[in-house]
Amino acid sequence: MSILINKNTKVITQGITGKTGQFHTEKCIEYANGKNCYVAGVNPKKAGESVLDVPIFATVKDAKAQTGASASVIYVPPAGAAAAIWEAVEADLDLVVCITEGIPVRDMLEVRNKMKAKEAAGGKKTVLIGPNCSGIITPEELKIGIMPGHIHKKGRIGVVSRSGTLTYEAAAQLSEVNLGQSTVVNIGGDPINGLKHIDVLEMFNNDPETDAIIMIGEIGGPDEANAAEWYAKNGKKPIVGFIAGVTAPPGKRMGHAGALISGGADTADAKLAIMEASGFKVTRNPSEMGKLLKSLL
Amino acid sequence: MKIHEYQGKELLRKFGVPTPRGISCLSVEEAVKAAETLGGNIWVVKAQIHAGGRGKGGGVKVAKSLDDVRAKATEILGMQLVTHQTGPEGQKVRRLLIEDGADIKKEYYVAVLTDRATQKVAIMASSEGGMDIEEVAHATPEKILKEFVDPLVGLTDAQAETLARGIGVPDASVAQAVQAIKGLYTCYMETDASMAEINPLILEGNGNIKALDAKFNFDSNALFRHEDIVAYRDLDEEDPDEIAASKFDLAYIALDGNIGCLVNGAGLAMATMDTIQLFGGSPANFLDVGGGATTEKVTEAFKIMLKNPEVKGILVNIFGGIMKCDTIANGVVSAAREVKLSVPLVVRMKGTNEDLGKQILKESGLPIISADTMAEAATAIVAAVK
Repeated sequence: MSILINKNTKVITQGITGKTGQFHTEKCIEYANGKNCYVAGVNPKKAGESVLDVPIFATVKDAKAQTGASASVIYVPPAGAAAAIWEAVEADLDLVVCITEGIPVRDMLEVRNKMKAKEAAGGKKTVLIGPNCSGIITPEELKIGIMPGHIHKKGRIGVVSRSGTLTYEAAAQLSEVNLGQSTVVNIGGDPINGLKHIDVLEMFNNDPETDAIIMIGEIGGPDEANAAEWYAKNGKKPIVGFIAGVTAPPGKRMGHAGALISGGADTADAKLAIMEASGFKVTRNPSEMGKLLKSLL
Repeated sequence: MKIHEYQGKELLRKFGVPTPRGISCLSVEEAVKAAETLGGNIWVVKAQIHAGGRGKGGGVKVAKSLDDVRAKATEILGMQLVTHQTGPEGQKVRRLLIEDGADIKKEYYVAVLTDRATQKVAIMASSEGGMDIEEVAHATPEKILKEFVDPLVGLTDAQAETLARGIGVPDASVAQAVQAIKGLYTCYMETDASMAEINPLILEGNGNIKALDAKFNFDSNALFRHEDIVAYRDLDEEDPDEIAASKFDLAYIALDGNIGCLVNGAGLAMATMDTIQLFGGSPANFLDVGGGATTEKVTEAFKIMLKNPEVKGILVNIFGGIMKCDTIANGVVSAAREVKLSVPLVVRMKGTNEDLGKQILKESGLPIISADTMAEAATAIVAAVK
């Protein structure tokens, strides 16, 4: 098993006619069962046409009604991306993966609060991954996002991380020591996002086919500390942790909008200390995440 | 993106937050004229740089005559102002703000920012204005009040009043304080700010509330819809290398070590810096080349890193996903040739077509050291710069 997606998930691409959306949808279709999973694209001006043999619909709602899709992936440019998320939420999808980088924080604030208000009013809950992320992959079943498929291997380790290439690093290290992955989730580097470390940890913790977890974080924000404190009480599985940015100076935004030391409690050292106290096996050497996890099994 | 105090006050006034009257100037003559225009017999001469802590560094002075304005303006304009935010080299003062003197009875603190944990907008207020708020937060956290605002609802009068009364604004001035706090919130939302701070917000002897300082930071992802804010940008206040890097879509931040590093992805870039330090070296910069590590971008990245005279070696760490390692290797080789690279270069490439990439590096004839893991790469570059 896996979390959130598997070989039977039906996916809509929002922004399929753009260069990026089309390129990555093609790569995803080529990966594992992608051909059967990518069932629709959305573009109001090109409804009725098709791209890569995938039919295009005017709205997410139409696409869902016609194909039975339950998930979408968003490559829409930043100015319209939050509206695209909301369209998918209004269509009651189970999962939305937003790859788009550079969405204004205020737009994300508004859409996140609209999502919470909808749930509070008894509406369907849609899980959001991202934005500004590389996506999610259940190896040898389905890839939703821009990660290279071939570095992954089917197996029983869960990976959750904020940063894209560092996630690839962890997955590749695991595959090299012959440990496959159940699901690899990149939650993205923006300050206001959907799933957080704590949410993904809970899913891996409850997944009978995930045996152990790697959690990767960065400087900035309280998320990794919150996840660690939760895991200290609830965690059932071995877990390895790494936080990037021990050498990052305070007050400087390190690429990701969310990677900024502001309060002093959100430094890499502070987070590593909390994780260690919560029973994580932490490392300061990102080259040994895979080996370290293997040593725990 | 940051702006100056005088620009921040312009914004605040637009949103109904009162400030002292002031005129910004670029010369001593303009400063004296500004004081004349304002009238009165007491003025404040304030250095306009983007860093905080200007008062402590000697960049804010009170003047009690026009001659005094001239003397203080002469003293401050052109100085290298050193504050806890500028670093030891300081920041050159190119502009002054001349303001009416204020009759300060009490100083408060109020700020707006986006709270990641609750995904709401947080308004923070304190009775301890005029101080370094980090110190207040550390020493007496109970003196910082917070209200969380749902952006779909907005800041209510009741919330603003709770804050105003909570920080001890006297009854007669509460209505004005509520207006100021609400104005600051609206300004924050409408301008896509990521931080807006008034420190201090003052109570004057006559009971009026005014913003005596204004500090803003804006979400760079939202600048596309704020031409007026973009017009406030002052490139003199920004690091020239960071500006040059941003033109090529590179995220660059100078640090004080001697090993340049060029990486794709912000998290991996930080992890690479951390690995360099773990193996006894010291990173000279953070540099994220982003998704497309093209020859052009790698060449520019090399040029920017090598402008730093401290750089004694370079570590390239690329995880080739969609971008194949052979393409990256070709980019690195031609970039190294173009800049006539004379410091040791260690390249660690991982991912698609890794072996082909390594072969290209080897056959280039350049003295490039290849490494398989981040740890190996860091060990190699640390040894090479010793």
